[in-house]
Amino acid sequence: MASGTDLIRRIKEQIEEVDPKEVHDLQENGNGAVIVDVREQHEFEESHLPGARHVPRGHLESRIEGSAPDKSERVILYCASGNRSALAAHTMQELLGYEDVASMRGGITLWKDRGYDVEVPRTLTAEQRERYSRHLLIPEIGLEGQMKLLDARVLLLGAGGLGSPAALYLAAAGVGTIGIVDNDVVDLSNLQRQVAHSNDRIGVPKVDSAETAIHEINPDVKVEKHGIRLDASNVMEIIDGYDVIVDGLDNFPTRYLLNDASVRKQIPVVSASILGFEGQLSVFHPYEGPCYRCLYPTPPPADLAPSCGAAGVLGVLPGVMGLLQSVEVIKLVTGAGEPLAGRLLLYDALGTTFTELKVRRDPDCPICSRDPAEISDEEMGVFPDYEAFCAGAG
Amino acid sequence: MVKIPPVLRSSVGGAKEVEAAGGSVGEVLRSLAARHPATESQLFSEDGDLNRYVNVYLNDEDVRVLEGLDTEVGAGDTIVILPAMAGGR
Repeated sequence: MASGTDLIRRIKEQIEEVDPKEVHDLQENGNGAVIVDVREQHEFEESHLPGARHVPRGHLESRIEGSAPDKSERVILYCASGNRSALAAHTMQELLGYEDVASMRGGITLWKDRGYDVEVPRTLTAEQRERYSRHLLIPEIGLEGQMKLLDARVLLLGAGGLGSPAALYLAAAGVGTIGIVDNDVVDLSNLQRQVAHSNDRIGVPKVDSAETAIHEINPDVKVEKHGIRLDASNVMEIIDGYDVIVDGLDNFPTRYLLNDASVRKQIPVVSASILGFEGQLSVFHPYEGPCYRCLYPTPPPADLAPSCGAAGVLGVLPGVMGLLQSVEVIKLVTGAGEPLAGRLLLYDALGTTFTELKVRRDPDCPICSRDPAEISDEEMGVFPDYEAFCAGAG
Repeated sequence: MVKIPPVLRSSVGGAKEVEAAGGSVGEVLRSLAARHPATESQLFSEDGDLNRYVNVYLNDEDVRVLEGLDTEVGAGDTIVILPAMAGGR
């Protein structure tokens, strides 16, 4: 019986071995060989050849066709020092029918000794793997989606009824940066629905209270606090650099202002509103779907537009709507599913009915039918009868 | 059948849905306004058009992309009246 060393030596005689320089030249010239790393997961995660695909040798037979489907194409395998890749190349050549397979002599160790570049992939820490394990298990999110969430910057407009559940669940989901715009302080009457706040934080600014709640769930989230009221003078600066905006605003002038600014900046807005037992939800994705003005060209007069503060709302309702918003945020960030763009969802809590209406882009929309560079500061947030509206709203 | 939004319910005696007859969207809304006069000024402007802040849907489609008030209505159709809402707090 031959020793392991003898076997590897004999197998190396039966396959083609290539020098790292040849592989490096191939990469430099852009000649399309498939490069496959056959080491274990933790070795691949530490560093690997640029552009290498990963098929651990233990899974070679079952997985190689996913990474190298064309058996006539040139495939170069490597491992740490060139032994495992030699054995894998032999298997592919003799048993799997690959016609042009080679093993890189000396493996990634020799590659590095020659001073060639390696890729160090970003990965989750052990704590993050545990924390987000239920996301990692669903293929629609997975590691890639979780990385996108960790890189995402989401702005919450309002840390009230809608913003509270969004803040808590987006923090739990691992959204890396959460911005919060709110100039209010926590009031006892808020606690019936604004679950990011608490009894012992009455009187505390809502941005600070929400930050505390977020960090109690997930200390890794970076919170950016904007303790001011959104207006025409600051909106462009505040929303700059965010990937998605969650609109939980309580008045029309600011909703129009936000719409116009988000169209100019081309940032999608997940919008919800609530009253009594009913909620509305939609996604306004500039230039890919309708904007808020396409749906509502002009706001109703003040007597037809009561706010929740004045008119009352079932405390759970903003929870439902704020979480539906959060789901849309996660879909926009990860690319999973079909976002609620071009559709308006109505939820009637008393009847337990969901109604979906179509929303079309208005070809004559005063804002999103134009190039974003053409929209001026002066037009932002303005709508017909704007001054009368604001006077009527007091 | 016409679905009434929360802000208009006090004008129709509190109902979420009301029956109204008519062969077009305009006729249905006119008959609604005749029976519940308080809705008239909320739905229609002085010149008789729909107020711009009121969206009206025939089933799931905005009547603005159909034939507006002239859009034909069949027996099984639902009309949804939808003013914008802004509440978030």
